Amino acid sequence: MGIRFILMVNKQGQTRLAQYYEWLTLEERRALEGDIVRKCLARNEQQCSFVEHSNYKIVYRRYASLFFLVGVDNDENELAILEFIHLLVETMDRHFGNVCELDIMFHLEKAHFMLEEMVMNGCIVETSKSNILSPIQLMEKTS
Amino acid sequence: MNPFSSGTRLRDMIRAIRACKTAAEERAVVRKECAAIRAAINENDQDYRHRNLAKLMFIHMLGYPTHFGQMECLKLIASPGFPEKRIGYLGLMLLLDERQEVLMLVTNSVKQDLNHTNQYIVGLALCALGNICSAEMARDLAPEVERLLQFRDPNIRKKAALCSIRIIKKVPDLAENFINPVAALLKEKHHGVLITGIQLCTDLCKVSPEALEYFRKKCTDGLVRTLRDLVNSPYAPEYDIAGITDPFLHIRLLKLLRVLGQGDADASDAMNDILAQVATKTESNKNAGNAILYECVETIMSIEDNGGLRVLAINILGRFLSNRDNNIRYVALNMLMRAITVDAQAVQRHRSTILECVKDSDASIRKRALELVYLLVNESNVKPLTKELVDYLEVSDQDFKGDLTAKICSIIEKFSPEKIWYIDQMLKVLTEAGNFVKDEVWHALVVVISNASDLHGYTVRALFRALQTTAEQESLVRVAVWCIGEYGDLLVNNAGMLNVEDPITVTESDAVDVVESAIKRHASDLTTKSMALIALLKLSSRFPSCSGRIKDIVVQHKGSLVLELQQRSLEFNSIIEKHQNIRSALVERMPVLDEASFGGRRASSLPNTVSTSNGTAVKLPNGVAKPSAAPLVDLLDLSDDVPAPSSSGGDFLQDLLGVDLAPATQSGTSQAPKAGTDVLLDLLSIGSNPAQDNSVSTPDILSSAQDHKPAIASLDVLAAPSNMMDLLDGFTPAPPKPANNGPAYPSIVAFESSSLRLTFNFSKQPGNPQTTTISGTFTNLSSNVFTDFVFQAAVPKFLQLHLDPASGNSLPASGNGTITQSLKVTNSQHGKKPLVMRLRIAYKVDGKDVLEEGQINNFPRDL
Repeated sequence: MGIRFILMVNKQGQTRLAQYYEWLTLEERRALEGDIVRKCLARNEQQCSFVEHSNYKIVYRRYASLFFLVGVDNDENELAILEFIHLLVETMDRHFGNVCELDIMFHLEKAHFMLEEMVMNGCIVETSKSNILSPIQLMEKTS
Repeated sequence: MNPFSSGTRLRDMIRAIRACKTAAEERAVVRKECAAIRAAINENDQDYRHRNLAKLMFIHMLGYPTHFGQMECLKLIASPGFPEKRIGYLGLMLLLDERQEVLMLVTNSVKQDLNHTNQYIVGLALCALGNICSAEMARDLAPEVERLLQFRDPNIRKKAALCSIRIIKKVPDLAENFINPVAALLKEKHHGVLITGIQLCTDLCKVSPEALEYFRKKCTDGLVRTLRDLVNSPYAPEYDIAGITDPFLHIRLLKLLRVLGQGDADASDAMNDILAQVATKTESNKNAGNAILYECVETIMSIEDNGGLRVLAINILGRFLSNRDNNIRYVALNMLMRAITVDAQAVQRHRSTILECVKDSDASIRKRALELVYLLVNESNVKPLTKELVDYLEVSDQDFKGDLTAKICSIIEKFSPEKIWYIDQMLKVLTEAGNFVKDEVWHALVVVISNASDLHGYTVRALFRALQTTAEQESLVRVAVWCIGEYGDLLVNNAGMLNVEDPITVTESDAVDVVESAIKRHASDLTTKSMALIALLKLSSRFPSCSGRIKDIVVQHKGSLVLELQQRSLEFNSIIEKHQNIRSALVERMPVLDEASFGGRRASSLPNTVSTSNGTAVKLPNGVAKPSAAPLVDLLDLSDDVPAPSSSGGDFLQDLLGVDLAPATQSGTSQAPKAGTDVLLDLLSIGSNPAQDNSVSTPDILSSAQDHKPAIASLDVLAAPSNMMDLLDGFTPAPPKPANNGPAYPSIVAFESSSLRLTFNFSKQPGNPQTTTISGTFTNLSSNVFTDFVFQAAVPKFLQLHLDPASGNSLPASGNGTITQSLKVTNSQHGKKPLVMRLRIAYKVDGKDVLEEGQINNFPRDL
């Protein structure tokens, strides 16, 4: 419900982070990722950020070399998801400090922990950056 | 201990993978790492478990199988240290899913962790549970989660709320337990808890109607107040996005209000004010504001009617539509689709803008706009809209053409005001995008053409002209070839000219040229070539002067490697050469195809219905008993084997057009007679169960009398072939079996009207109680002679009927003579259901057609 998956993909089509909230087999995932990424990469700047794919919509946004793709149900508010993507990027920025693609790659589990605080089971949990990051910082201290 | 495996840190492995230049190298590196990890697992290596799991997750993300690491996750979760637990839970969520049985093993660990003193561990457990718990786990752990909904720490409360969403989705029965805690959550101040509480509430309402009622009554006011506070709240730095405090919360609240207000007038009233406030006060120069407006409009459209609010909403839509940002326009189109159900007039006002969007450069916008246009079409605006769409078809991209064509065709079909417009538009579409047109669509076109008898000449000339210009579109070629074959004489004679047409002169050989080029075309496929061969056969009968040339063309395919073409070529050649006396009867003009039943069959292709009405009716046409297997030509192929019954609606037309290329069918050749049969099927489908869709078609059949004339005329043609059968080798109609030696049944007067009486005499064979032989006698009670007398009967599904040839087709007046006809009925429900039959009797009096119908209900019960 709500969000089906969140992907971060670079311009060459390599997946940097993948979080699925519904179950797909490995082949399905690869096929899906390949398909969607091709569609999004082919679009230019002026076109709108929403792509329709089988029975759900993909909302995407490009930040530097990384594409953020969020797959949502058909009845979800697309503009809100666009905002959410921006929120995600800003949170990561604050956490990593000027985040870039390599940061995400090398600290994959940290990125996942942060995403966990923000989205659970396809629903948005928390939208305040400080509320998201403070538990994470605490947890970092203890580990 | 293998120094390599545990030694590599995660980042080293990632570096190694990044350094790979080819996929094969990457696979090699991954394989080595996996082997090392597997070795470490087998040795139960404690120290580097954490690291290995992190590596496994990375590998999993790349798309390689990692199931051997699942037990590691469990061990990590069970270990006491916080970092291990953390990565163990993460691994659990990424590498496992709810279908794995391994998940059950985790239940105990999760339960312990839910009761842990360290609240972060509780949070971890809730998170994992919320993402992948299965139904059993949900049931087990639901009480714990409920308790945690009231925990002191808001972080835990919000996670517990989201976890509950999953639980009630998996186990809807538990929904009642959550209603009360949720009501408390809705009063919270903490945004995180509030947002998750609202989501939980929304899902509860979806799952359980009692919950919906409860929340509607108790909580609507509270929610409205919360939204009001939120809208009016001062600047809050934590939640501020683009000047608006927590737009996500706004949106979620609006969504919940939507669910509560839908269908309930009181709740809708309570929210009117706040909705108006949000709609007017929200700033729309930033995306966040627009997102809120979008949600607000959606809510306004869904709740109960309030004129003022709706006007407000449509105004916002209008603003969005003319915005330059593509995202906003897309969203506006979405909203308009919702708005159509509510206020179609307002949406019609924006029609021209929407049409512009169909031609937009952005693919997503085009798609949405096209769907919207499809919903907007009605009888008054269909013509200009279609013109726009067809014009656009010429310039659209290839990948969009398929969608566009399908939509245009269905618009044309549903709303065409008159036949000539329909044919014109379809011709345009075929010329432009024939390759995208689906089979059912051009089949339907053919049906319409055949029904518009005054337009036959116009159509065939238009098609001829179209073919001169473009011959690449396959469907166009097929339809054209069929029409030229069927109406070639009209083409050449310029018959039925309409005022709008320019005169053209087409000679017979021109027409044959066109068909010949269709066959010879390199790109023509099997269907087209087969259709062209039949068309040539028809033309050879209609244009006797070209017969020789046609024969030469047909003969060229004698050696074709495709069986269908070879067979047709040989058979047609044989007809042209040796059977000229029957040729014209064979290929004379097809009777009108019945639109209603074809439409009905297409819409709801029910193979059962089709096959049984086929099965019963097929044996009816007068006098044509089933021939034994034909050596070569099964001209009057009325056998009810595979082809017709197994086909669903559209394939009927395929059979008619002789393009049914299913294996083991010889029905391709029998075009004209088969058409007669199919018309019979339609006529006689009155006999089948009225509950089926055939009953829909019957009023049309019975009311549109003009369709019957050609149909009945063709029946006469059919009656003649019973003699024709003798010409062709070795068929003799089976002689009617004499009734003998069965138990005697009283004869009945099956049908009586002022001018006609029909009497039935029954007999049964001794060993065969289910089959009854009926001998029917027709007596003319009027003082006029009846000519062209034809009797037809139809029976419901559980009966099988077989008609033998009548003794004659002329009934002298005033009972001076009779016609007898023998029928055989087999009752599969013998003893349970009595026989019942419907009849249709047609004859001519003084050249005028008369039709009588009736139902026989007075059969003796034990037949």
